[in-house]
Amino acid sequence: MKVIKIDKNEWASGLEKLRSAYELIGPVKEKFYHAFQSLESGQQPDMDYINTRVSPKYVIYPQSELILECSLNENDEDYKIYKEPEKEYTPKAILGIRPCDADSFSLVRRNFDTEEYKDPYWLRAYASTTFVGLACDQPCPTCFCSSAGSGPYSDNNLDILLADNGDHYLARVLTEKGKKLASAAGWSQEAGDEADQQIEQKKQEAESAIQSSVKTDKLASQSLLDLYDATNAIWEKEAFSCINCGTCTFVCPTCWCFDVQDEVAGKKGYRIRNWDSCMYPLFTMHASGHNPRGTKVDRLRQRFMHKLKYYVDKYENGIQCTGCGRCVQLCPVNIDIRRICNMLNSYDPESCTCEVTAS
Amino acid sequence: MKSYTDKIKEIAKRLLKEDKVDMVIGYRKGTVPLMHQPFFATSEGEVDSFVWDSNCGLNLANYITDRKERIGIVATGCNSRNIAVHVVEGKIQRDQLYIIGVPCQGMVDRHKLAAMAEGNIASVEEDEDKGTITISGQGFSKSVDKAEVLQENCSICVHRNPVLYDELVADEVTEQTREQADPYARVREIEAMSPDDKWAYFDDLLSDCIRCYACRNACPLCYCPQCFVDESNPQWVGKSVDPTDIRTFHLLRAYHCAGRCTDCGACVRSCPVGINVRDFTKKLEKDCLELYGWEAGLNTEQRPPLDTYKPEDPEDFIK
Ligand code: SF4
Ligand code: SF4
Ligand code: SF4
Ligand code: SF4
Ligand code: SF4
Repeated sequence: MKVIKIDKNEWASGLEKLRSAYELIGPVKEKFYHAFQSLESGQQPDMDYINTRVSPKYVIYPQSELILECSLNENDEDYKIYKEPEKEYTPKAILGIRPCDADSFSLVRRNFDTEEYKDPYWLRAYASTTFVGLACDQPCPTCFCSSAGSGPYSDNNLDILLADNGDHYLARVLTEKGKKLASAAGWSQEAGDEADQQIEQKKQEAESAIQSSVKTDKLASQSLLDLYDATNAIWEKEAFSCINCGTCTFVCPTCWCFDVQDEVAGKKGYRIRNWDSCMYPLFTMHASGHNPRGTKVDRLRQRFMHKLKYYVDKYENGIQCTGCGRCVQLCPVNIDIRRICNMLNSYDPESCTCEVTAS
Repeated sequence: MKSYTDKIKEIAKRLLKEDKVDMVIGYRKGTVPLMHQPFFATSEGEVDSFVWDSNCGLNLANYITDRKERIGIVATGCNSRNIAVHVVEGKIQRDQLYIIGVPCQGMVDRHKLAAMAEGNIASVEEDEDKGTITISGQGFSKSVDKAEVLQENCSICVHRNPVLYDELVADEVTEQTREQADPYARVREIEAMSPDDKWAYFDDLLSDCIRCYACRNACPLCYCPQCFVDESNPQWVGKSVDPTDIRTFHLLRAYHCAGRCTDCGACVRSCPVGINVRDFTKKLEKDCLELYGWEAGLNTEQRPPLDTYKPEDPEDFIK
């Protein structure tokens, strides 16, 4: 695999060259925190960022997305006939995405791209995007990617992986998409023989800087019903502080649930899909008024059982979490998925106890 | 604050042991800095995980709505006022509660500290004698006066001592007067803006809102079985991230809190993107004080002014 060297001033000038062909998206410091944003002409991504509050999943899967529209003007031929709006899927590049966030797209793909069902919006947006990742040399205290199937130097789902090496980046160009972007930017300087070794060494340093982890080895062999029924041992106590705000699901790169709404503005009708959350009572409210997940204990259990058990059983490919740590940092009442994962993993149905350890 | 923590534990254990209550609601130490977790103990062993310091900013009154048990609850000034509001509004009975009053020294602002840190905060230390907070993480460590990083609502608070309690964990703290605290300085600044500037101000204030409703759900006042934003028949508000819908949510919610809000700051503390939604509620609090001489939650008898009608209600402000 080819490693190229990108001097940091070449990085900046290369981005300017990309603008004619790509919409550039990168981390930008807002009022207090960083967020992924479309970069205006001349604006550079802040590659020294630590983490964004909201994950970049919105680039492929926006929080509110127009999927159909229709005319409500009686004189129009297509009155009340829903049609797909004209949408442009111009090439985009996400710059400086963290490896865990990039990895999340492969987890989410299992939902949006299946044998029976292919989500056209997600797939088109995904296909038009190039992922330029930045390896994490300074993981946060809440990062547990290494034990969640990803890692600070993971190149899963990336087109290019950058490693910061002082005045330059060492870049692994991983795919055709990545090659195309690198050549459009004019980045072609070969990095030399020692580059692979340098990256490997940085990788090991980064991995050993990860302080936090989850145990997942026994999740698959636990009985689903035992875990579901562990109300006293796990769910009631852990759900007590939950306020069902949905922050955890909104900031999470791997949460994928949505709701479809019709709205009217002037003489037009719009069908919009919005992120939804299993933490909201409305999520499962039936038209009859019955709600099968009527309490917050039910809803909290759903979130964690989905990520840590149903997903594990269904796809046999690990947990539905990349260890980005956002929900751990941002839950306003300190519900910690690491703690709950370790509880589920160690639950003993005989004694109804867990080895509780919050890492 | 070891002395407070010890006293809370002692009282909680006694209440459980003497079977005065079925559960005690307090905070246990969080798994991340600045974030203690609301937690209930039903056994003396569980009481041992209780903690008290400047990171107990969630409002525990949020957790007693419609509960049937006999509850011991730890309460600061503002939390005790929200408990009083709950009692007035019939969400809990006074005699179900044993209130462990905490003379409060204010909570630190997690958003401010996060913005100050040059990296992720790995630990927070409080030095009570010096009155400082030290945050540290990879490659940085910074000490600041606690007064500088108090939550804004705490720095202007004039009811730090619980208004309602069965037992206090320490002697009362000195209250600042309203003149000293000048709690409405920020509201006056906004009031003085031109309509265009106000529009721009609120537009900017809400620009990052992701409509997760953490602010609403963290608030003890927001206990309606179904919030107006969740109703679908009729549907009052659209559900996308349209700015008009977001503004509608915030304005209406604030009005539902008028005369009931205690400025506890739980809404702001829980917002993942740090929006100061108190800009709305504080204005209504000021209006209630100026127009009706009313402050929320100071007793358990009187209903809030927008909830009652009296022939002698002031009305000269109605145009
Ligand atoms: S777990 Fe935390 S973030 Fe998620 S809904 Fe509950 S309170 Fe909100
Ligand atoms: S569950 Fe939490 S830690 Fe895991 S990917 Fe989602 S936000 Fe990140
Ligand atoms: S508002 Fe007052 S009583 Fe409430 S936490 Fe702050 S200082 Fe304490
Ligand atoms: S908590 Fe913050 S982001 Fe969430 S709805 Fe409230 S203001 Fe918006
Ligand atoms: S609106 Fe905010 S400040 Fe007022 S009572 Fe509710 S949570 Fe506390």
